[in-house]
Amino acid sequence: MEISMKINGAEVTHDVESRTLLVHFVRENAGLRGTHWGCDTSNCGACVLWVDGTPVKSCTMLAASAAGHDITTVEGLEKDGKLDPIQQGFIECHGLQCGFCTPGMLMTGRWLLDNNPKPSEEEIREGISGQLCRCTGYKNIVDSIHWAADHPAENEVSA
Amino acid sequence: MQTPAPVDYVRATSVADALSLLQQHGDEARLLAGGHSLLPMMKLRLARPDILVDINDLDELRGIRVEGNEIVVGAMVTHAEILSSPILFEHYPIFREAEKVIADPIVRNKGTMGGSMCQADPAEDLSAVGAALRGTVVIQNAEGRRTVPMREFHEGPYETKVADGEILVEVRYPILPGAGSAYEKVERRSGDWAVCAAGACVTISGGVFTSVGIGIGAVNAEHFTAVDAEAYLVGKEPTAENIAAAAQMAADSCDPSADQRGPADYKKHLAMELTKRALTRAAAAAKGA
Repeated sequence: MEISMKINGAEVTHDVESRTLLVHFVRENAGLRGTHWGCDTSNCGACVLWVDGTPVKSCTMLAASAAGHDITTVEGLEKDGKLDPIQQGFIECHGLQCGFCTPGMLMTGRWLLDNNPKPSEEEIREGISGQLCRCTGYKNIVDSIHWAADHPAENEVSA
Repeated sequence: MQTPAPVDYVRATSVADALSLLQQHGDEARLLAGGHSLLPMMKLRLARPDILVDINDLDELRGIRVEGNEIVVGAMVTHAEILSSPILFEHYPIFREAEKVIADPIVRNKGTMGGSMCQADPAEDLSAVGAALRGTVVIQNAEGRRTVPMREFHEGPYETKVADGEILVEVRYPILPGAGSAYEKVERRSGDWAVCAAGACVTISGGVFTSVGIGIGAVNAEHFTAVDAEAYLVGKEPTAENIAAAAQMAADSCDPSADQRGPADYKKHLAMELTKRALTRAAAAAKGA
């Protein structure tokens, strides 16, 4: 079936099987490999992207269900060549090691701050409780999100 | 790589349209709500529908509203919406307490009440909440609507009263003025299914319980509740002794099986302890307590 959706503002149309998962549509058909494909069981959160502004685990949504909707992936975070503060926070606070969980963490972290600009540590930990990181022990990720909360306008690091 | 088997897909444009599609395809069709129970089942080939009828466009199945002395929750209301609903929190904090421990925040953005209830996992939290609140499920088919009490909704694990060609459209919860409610759950890790969970909703007048609702999940409680313990408490004072006796009766009525989440006697102990805690906090929150 032919499916069209907006991904990071650009209309994308492909003919795919109706069983195609959104994560595969984004990676294989749209060619945006920033969204990671992890556990396949809606546990790890590496595949989190936004559908109409809300984070969703894209391994557990059909591309067909996303047709006609606005998708934002990690590639959509930078604006005019400037990194989003959440991305800068992960650089400043070493919020990643292998980087596999990072796209999901960034998308959830940005959304968390959009809804709660000054979250407590507990609120951040609850916010990312649907994502798994096997490297950092989460401390640096929590620090990174805190950094972004403290520097909402410092979008000076070039992408 | 886990991908569902080949399946056809169609988007319903209304409840009437969805019902006609279901009728057309019989038991080979399944409704696709949030997909967070069905798609994992399809990946594992535990579910193999030939066609998915996507009902995500049906705004008539959304919304939380008060109608008369009931709160009406649409089938497509997400867990995140239940968690943040001021109406539900005002009347029944049990919803917020239960939702906070259902899956994780991202899954809650997509998973729906109707989808969870129709999946009917024996550890499903909203089934225990609905039993405690004595909710009513509204089911629609080609002939019209019918209602089923929450306490008769489950036919068994993963089986409900919703038949082929039918849609769960909403659940109605009676508003009990001054009620107190609470939810307790033990899980192995954040966002997991319950090892055991218990909810309570009580009213108190003149120093005694005037109504008691108990919901228990994951330990094979009949209809997710404990009617003998409820009956025992009505008319009694909300003392620690009375509540402990009722909690023990509730646990005795459960029949948990041993599995990777723990041995049966541990689960029975949890049923007692969590029922006690839920009743104690619900009683303390009830007006007139």
